[in-house]
Amino acid sequence: MKNSFLMRNPSTLIFLAALAVFTIVVTALSEAFGLGLISTSFVKTLGKTLCLGLVAIAMDLVWGYAGILSLGHFAFFGLGGYMIGMWLMYERTRDIVISSMSDAPIPPTAEEITDAIGHQIFGVVGSSEFPLIWAFADSLVLQLVLVVLVPGALAFVFGWLAFRSRVAGVYLSILTQAMTLALSLYLFQNDSGLRGNNGLSGLQNLPGLEAAPQSVVSIWFLWASALALGLGYLLAAWIVSGKFGSVIRGIRDDEARVRFLGYSVESYKLALFTVTACIAGIAGALYYPQAGIINPAEIAPIASIYLAVWVAIGGRGRLYGAVIGAGFVSLVSSWFTGGQAPDISLGFYTIKWVDWWLIVLGLSFVFVTLFAPKGIAGLFDLAAHRRWPNRHGADLGPDAGALREREANE
Amino acid sequence: MNTLLEVSGVSVTFDGFRAINNLSFRIGPAEMRAIIGPNGAGKTTFMDIVTGKTKPDQGRILWGEKSISLRGMSEARIAREGVGRKFQKPTVFEDQTVHENLLMALRNKRGPFAVLFYKPAAKDLVRVEALAEEIGLHDALWRKSGELSHGQKQWLEIGMLLAQEPRLLLVDEPAAGMTPAEREHTTNILTEAAKTRAVVVVEHDMEFVRRLNCKVTVLHEGAVLAEGSLDHVTANQDVIDVYLGR
Ligand SMILES: Nc1ncnc2c1ncn2[C@@H]1O[C@H](COP(=O)(O)OP(=O)(O)OP(=O)(O)O)[C@@H](O)[C@H]1O
Ligand SMILES: [Mg+2]
Repeated sequence: MKNSFLMRNPSTLIFLAALAVFTIVVTALSEAFGLGLISTSFVKTLGKTLCLGLVAIAMDLVWGYAGILSLGHFAFFGLGGYMIGMWLMYERTRDIVISSMSDAPIPPTAEEITDAIGHQIFGVVGSSEFPLIWAFADSLVLQLVLVVLVPGALAFVFGWLAFRSRVAGVYLSILTQAMTLALSLYLFQNDSGLRGNNGLSGLQNLPGLEAAPQSVVSIWFLWASALALGLGYLLAAWIVSGKFGSVIRGIRDDEARVRFLGYSVESYKLALFTVTACIAGIAGALYYPQAGIINPAEIAPIASIYLAVWVAIGGRGRLYGAVIGAGFVSLVSSWFTGGQAPDISLGFYTIKWVDWWLIVLGLSFVFVTLFAPKGIAGLFDLAAHRRWPNRHGADLGPDAGALREREANE
Repeated sequence: MNTLLEVSGVSVTFDGFRAINNLSFRIGPAEMRAIIGPNGAGKTTFMDIVTGKTKPDQGRILWGEKSISLRGMSEARIAREGVGRKFQKPTVFEDQTVHENLLMALRNKRGPFAVLFYKPAAKDLVRVEALAEEIGLHDALWRKSGELSHGQKQWLEIGMLLAQEPRLLLVDEPAAGMTPAEREHTTNILTEAAKTRAVVVVEHDMEFVRRLNCKVTVLHEGAVLAEGSLDHVTANQDVIDVYLGR
């Protein structure tokens, strides 16, 4: 075990342990399985936060490790949400339609049922036809496959076009932002087939499990989100720990040099961009059932910018930094914007956090970028340095003199 | 004599300025060659062209026994064909350890999947140790390469170059910033390498070139001005006028 992956990466082990403890504590305090000290809606908030942590890991891989500042990963997140939302909405509407039709004297035909579902779902956009993209909406398995496949395919095609023409740096960021904007504008249209600005709603209700109260469902989703975050973290830690990690960090620091070593930089970028888009899709598919609703505003470019801000504040180039940043900033953010933060009265002016929070966030972002590029995660370094000074491989003194620092740590 | 690299009639223009002008050059599979010339002669640009960084406007670049054309190949592809390059400014991955730098350069499969599932084999680790020994960085294997001195970074880059096991080494001003003892060590490494592969060294320092004891090509305004032994080219009146006499 001495050389196992987890032992060589103690931060991964600590993270997974902390995640497990967090999940157990929340469960023990929940209304459904414990003391009832945490409300169901707060359990959902925590579950959603874990999903944001997962998409932040994806962002950290592309940006923090490979240096690709993507402003499109929240779009992939949203697409994952739409894919699972289609099944949730379809199945639930079908259940409702069938039960309401069961009173009719003549049993409805399959076609009548489908028409009725279509009418229910697309009535708000003045249609009742199922668009082609809903073809698999009745199959959970296929929609789950699409959760990964749709963001992955979009990322692959986009990345192939962009990376092959060597678009990099700011230009790539602008291009990803344009893609995100185009996608959200498209989804806003009523004839996009995804209910325009109404989006998909009622996603918190699990078809076939109506008997389970939301307090229980929220805990299931918390567990699923924690599991996904844990697995995503492991995968990401494994990706960056080996030579692949070396190569992508090399690409971040000196792309041309990596090319002259014989690595096809474009393939690496494309692979990473695609894989992280899939991870973002999975995170979104777990997030939106907890949010209950998804609409195109969720995909707007500002969401992807927030994602970058979380990762920057948490500390890019470090996986736990990304998770901490996403969790911390999004929770604090919802505290301030949710009207819970007390207003500060200065006599002549009252600071309303709902208005001022964005400015505080913006200033913290600037501050972190300028003065603490390692973000919150940098604090861990300070703590670690105090305990284990960085000796740069110098020998350890008379007793352990025969050992190099690295051997001694093992 | 057979040829490893043959460049013929190559020209390149930057915004109307002809940096390389109808240049021809050839080198055998196990040969050392020094390139000298005044600043701006096009020495670095020549290396850029061979490694695919700069696309020439015209000319042929033929490689290997089968004389395949390197023109139009990507930088990564050319590197995999066996062209290794050391830059004028030392460029190593400063955020990574000497060990990681060498391991990344080590000749192995370069595709994303192979790299993702790569586990250093025992022989790879032995090779990295041996290379580190050779470049005098064995004690610094686990240090971040950004902490190294300028000279040590030069070394590390030479080590990475050797780790790639290229058939052709293009070395741009290797001795810059080195102490006399380090220069001598560099000379030894390069002459050793030239026994089994082609080595092209760009250098301003005449003493260094003399110690390499090889054929010299003088570049001037993007074209070959003279070629031959060091004594032969330094006796050439044109060379004295444009380069040595200043
Ligand atoms: N990308 C570029 N765009 C425009 N001009 C360039 C470019 N690269 C090189 N040049 C010009 O081409 C000429 C040759 O440059 P090069 O760097 O090859 O010279 P060099 O022989 O390596 O000189 P030095 O000894 O100073 O390193 C110079 O005049 C330089 O300004
Ligand atoms: Mg030069």
